[in-house]
Formats: sequence, C-alpha cells, structure tokens
Amino acid sequence: MFLRSRRHDVVKRLTCLGAPHSVASPHRHNTIAVAIIAGGFALALPTALAHSQGYTSKYDFGTTATEQEIAAVAIAIPADGKGLPAGKGDYAAGKAVYEATCAACHGADLTGVAGIPDMPSGAALRLVGGRGTLASANPVVTVESYWPYATTLFDYIRRAMPFSAPGSLSNDEVYGVTAYILAEGNIVAKTTVIDAETLPKVQMPNRDGFIPDPRPELFK
Amino acid sequence: MTGRSMDPERASARVQAIAEALGRLGERITEAQAREIAVGQQCDCQEGMFALAPTRRGLLGSAGLIAAVGATAMLPRTASAKASPGAVEYQVPEDPTKEPGRLMGVDGGYGSRSQFETDVRWVNPTRTASFTPLQASYGTITPSGLHYERHHAGIPNIDPARHRLIIHGMVNRPIKYSLADLKRFPTVSRTYFLECSGTTGSEIMKAREPTVQRTHGLVSTSEWTGVPLSTLLKQTGLKPSAAWVLAEGSDAAVMTRSVPIDKCLSDALVVFAQNGEAIRPEQGYPMRLFLPGWEGNISIKWLRRLEVSDKPFYTREETSKYTDLITTTGKARIFTFTMEAKSVITFPSGEMNLPGAGFYEITGLAWSGRGKIVRVEISTDGGKSWSLAALQDPILPISQTRFRFPWIWDGTPAIIQSRATDETGYTQPTHQQLIDERGPLESGPLFYHMNGIQSWAIAADGSVKNVHPT
Repeated sequence: MFLRSRRHDVVKRLTCLGAPHSVASPHRHNTIAVAIIAGGFALALPTALAHSQGYTSKYDFGTTATEQEIAAVAIAIPADGKGLPAGKGDYAAGKAVYEATCAACHGADLTGVAGIPDMPSGAALRLVGGRGTLASANPVVTVESYWPYATTLFDYIRRAMPFSAPGSLSNDEVYGVTAYILAEGNIVAKTTVIDAETLPKVQMPNRDGFIPDPRPELFK
Repeated sequence: MTGRSMDPERASARVQAIAEALGRLGERITEAQAREIAVGQQCDCQEGMFALAPTRRGLLGSAGLIAAVGATAMLPRTASAKASPGAVEYQVPEDPTKEPGRLMGVDGGYGSRSQFETDVRWVNPTRTASFTPLQASYGTITPSGLHYERHHAGIPNIDPARHRLIIHGMVNRPIKYSLADLKRFPTVSRTYFLECSGTTGSEIMKAREPTVQRTHGLVSTSEWTGVPLSTLLKQTGLKPSAAWVLAEGSDAAVMTRSVPIDKCLSDALVVFAQNGEAIRPEQGYPMRLFLPGWEGNISIKWLRRLEVSDKPFYTREETSKYTDLITTTGKARIFTFTMEAKSVITFPSGEMNLPGAGFYEITGLAWSGRGKIVRVEISTDGGKSWSLAALQDPILPISQTRFRFPWIWDGTPAIIQSRATDETGYTQPTHQQLIDERGPLESGPLFYHMNGIQSWAIAADGSVKNVHPT
C-alpha cells in the first residue's frame, strides 16, 4: 500500500516536471516511476522524458462508414436538387395531405394559426403572401416572399414536418405538399407536377434577395 | 398524525438496522427506508407528508433512535414539492452546531444546490427557448443546469451506445465514430461563450422585457472539452473541392446548418464535455459541434452527421431563419455567423430595487465572438459621459469577461449603461446606430445579431427598469 501511494506520488511529480504535452504515455511514466523506486532516485529521469513519442496525425479510431449507413442518414437536398428521391406530387394530391397533416398549425389558408400552445406565433407559421413587404418595417416573411430555393422546402418538410410526427410523410406526400404550397404562393401553376426533375428548376420570387455578410459594420 | 402505523417491534428493529448501516461509510439509505423510520417514530415534529428529522427531545430515551439522529437529519425529502429545481429539501435544524449534519453519500454521490437557492431558467411562452438568470450570475461560468437553451423540436433522449457520428461526402474515406472512439482522440478544453443570434432582438425598437434574464439570457459560458474538427477531417481526408460542411443533429428537427471549411479547419470542435462532465442533454448529449464566436444555432447539437460538400446546402435554418433582413433595401444578409462585441450590466438590472443612496458595485458581463474584450466603459448618466470599468482577469478570447465599477448613487434618477470594445477595435453600438445600418423592424422576423447598448433606469425610489433613453 505504501509503495503504491509512494509510486503514485512520484508519477504525479514527474507529470508536474513537465514531460508531457504528451497524453500518449502514462504507461511509460509508471514504468519510470517503478524504475526509480526500485533503483533509488537515480539517473532515469532525464533520459526517460526525452522518449515521449508525441502526437501522430493519423489515428486508427472509428470505422469506415458503409454506403448503406451513409444512405440511411444522408437526407439533405442542396439547391441543385442532388439526392432528390424518386416520386412525385401535384397540387391536388398535396392539398389532401396538407389538409390532413399541416392545416392545424399552418391554417386552411396557409397564413398560420395563432395561439397554439407551445408553438411559434401565427406569423412564424405563415407560408404564403408577403411579396413586396420585405423593404418595410413590417415585413411578412413566408415561403412565398422570402425563401430563395424550392429544394429547401422539400428538404425541410421531409426532415422535420409535421411537427408532431417528423419524417412520417412518404416522398410522394412531401412532393405533393411542396407542390401545394408553391401553387398557393402563386410560384407554380396548379397543374405542375413536382419531382426530382422539376423542383430544382422552380424560380423562387426572392431568389436574388440575399447578400453576403458585410460586417463588421462601420457605424456613424 | 401519521397515516401509516407499523408494528413497534418491527420498527425498532428496522431503525436499529439502519443505524448500523449508517455506521458503515458509503452505505445509502433509500427514501422508502426513511419513510419507514419516520412513520415508526411517534415524535411531535411531524408535519406534511412525513417527517424525516425527529427533534432531539423526541428521541431521548431511545438508544436505538439516538444512533439514528445523524441519519435522519441527513435524509433527503425529494418528494417534497417545496425543494427548488436542482435542490433537495433537508430538515433545517434550529442550531446546526448542536446536531450532526448529513453523512456523505446520501445524495447518491451527485450533489445538489442549496434548497434556499431558487434561480432557474426562464422559459418563453412558446417553449422554444430558456434563458439564463444573468441577474443572479457571478464570475463568468454558467452552471450547466442554467445554460440557456434553444431547441427547434425539443430535447432528444439519446443512448450514447447507439449514437454515431458519420463524416462523409467529399472525403477520401468516410468514417463513423462512436462516443468512445471520439474520446480516444487528443482533446482540448476551452472556455467559450455561446449566444443565440436572436438574443435581445426584440429589444431593438423599444424596451420590452422587464429583466436582464429575459433581455440577455440567451448567452452563457462553459468550459467545453472535445476533439478539434480538423483532427477528425484529417482522418477522412478532404477532396480538393471541399468548401462547406453540412452539420446535422439527431433531434426531431434533424437540425442542419452549412459551415465553411475554413472554420472547420481552424477552431471548430466536436465536444462531449461541459464544465468538467458530460454535456447536458439540453446541450447536445452525447456530442455537439462547437463553433467558437458564432451564433449558437450553428453549433449543431446531438451531432450525427457531417457531410463535406463544395457548396452550402441553403437549409431552412440558414435561409428562412437566421438571415438578417435589411428593411431599408429588402435584401437579407445570409451566413452571418459572428456574434460581435456586446455587454450588459447584470447588477443593478431590471426589476431590482436599490435600498437607498450609497455605494453599489455595478457589475456585468462583456463578450465578443472576434476575440478578447479590451475595454468596458460605464455611463451612469444615460451615455453623456463614460468611465472605464475594471475587467476581471484572466480575459479569455471568445469568452465572457466580468466587469466591475464602483459607484456612489446619490439617490437621484440615473440611467446606467455599459459598452464593450474588443481587440479588433470594434465598439458596441447604440440601438440607433444599428437601426441606421439595417433599417427599423417593428414586426415580422427577428432582428438578429442585436448587440446594442442596454440601459437600466434607476428611479429615485431605487426601482430599476429596462428603458431606451431618448
């Protein structure tokens, strides 16, 4: 017991003496400590400390992710539509899905329902309208007036909607709801079929409404 | 008196057994056992659901029970509705020097704060965010249980044994890591603030919220420990076209943000620890991205995936939200990451009452996403004149700095303000300067990145109020 605590002490002192930077070699220190205890406080110290192996840049932790493992989670759709799944939907199909799963919060007229407990305000749930209001002190920010890419709509509905059951809609249903919202926002015709081909080509009204961050601002 | 009765002999034997158990260091007593003891004791101190701490008078004459005095005084009353969150209610002795205190270990090995401390996070009406009680803060570290929260679809409950982080896309070798894998890498610990880009946004046009918790509480500071993201990207390798990395959470929002590769290769971390222990579920357990100095939401919590790409993804959270609409032009700033220099006086602050004229130490916090705070100035006359505050060292980059300023209040109405300057020379602006830059915003989206100078008005009666000075 005494030997053990004594050894612990020595190891601690060695660590304080500043060998490491190294996180690499606690075992080495133990060995040193044992050597020191066995042989008295002799010459082992400086020699041993010079032997830290330092860091490498490659570590053999983790395992190669397989294509299936990646496919199971890689659901993000960029603006060019790469990765959009098969399937399609149009206004009529989307309307049925919307009324069953979206209207409770977003409203029958897509302008948002106010006063739902534990939900954002009605204005934040609004999906359509607001064109021409952005350059004002009371802008109405919606999919129609503000969102730059239609692909984002598909991506977001598929990953996070409906709020109470995210990820529960089929790809056809997501395409349909996307078509419905875009048509209600007068961005596509009610006859437009939305799929992997057509969605990235939809021109959103506020596509050119974004600018890079100019900060830091030079205040007057 | 007590609802349940117990065979006296059995009770006595039970008490004896427990008293014996208590003699052994590290033995724990369950609450059920405690209830049994209490029920078995016919002392006159019992009130409420059950009594855990008998008076000494009630115990006199019973040798077995006397042995249990220390025990009973220490037993937690977790079922009591009286204990504040994070606290356990214990019996309060008349004179703590006249009876033994609690033994170690009865808390199960994880401590709690005093039952007399009641400060908690304030949750907004939509339950989408909770705010740190800055008015009750000391120093610079936010207790993990008081760190602000902003979730986009609640707090997922994740079993770390099943959680994986997959790094893929424009890499040479896609890799998945478990938490155990991650912990084997060389780690770093850094003390950084984290701030929601929406903090104080609703205050831009007029003073709305009553307290500093509700105006500024979406900022907190912790020591974070994890692995540099650059280390992880070295393992996968990067294709020459790699320019952005999509970070994705494992919550119900499957929250996503695109991060420029430069940030990923500089000070970005994948962290698994906060203030010396595993990060809290509210903070992304078992692992989160941490991007120092950048708006909070991009430090994706419950991190499950990093996809290297040549372009940003324009996710919902970086287009429809967290973009800064300039209402004079109708154009919106996109990818506005940095949280710029900001400060706020936490004492005295909204809804406090100063008891009278005399000495007060004005204190508060200053921080900048661009580096260290070099100067905090205080005004006690609504911005007409400014004086330097003392800064508590060490002053860490991208961390909160505590400032202090001695003040003799003469008892007349005063408006107190703080303004911070960081090491880039940037000084915190006024509300009007921000409005002049970005346009007024009465309703609609949030005024993100609102770092205007905060004013607290002290009335002659000592009451403190959030104001915008004219």
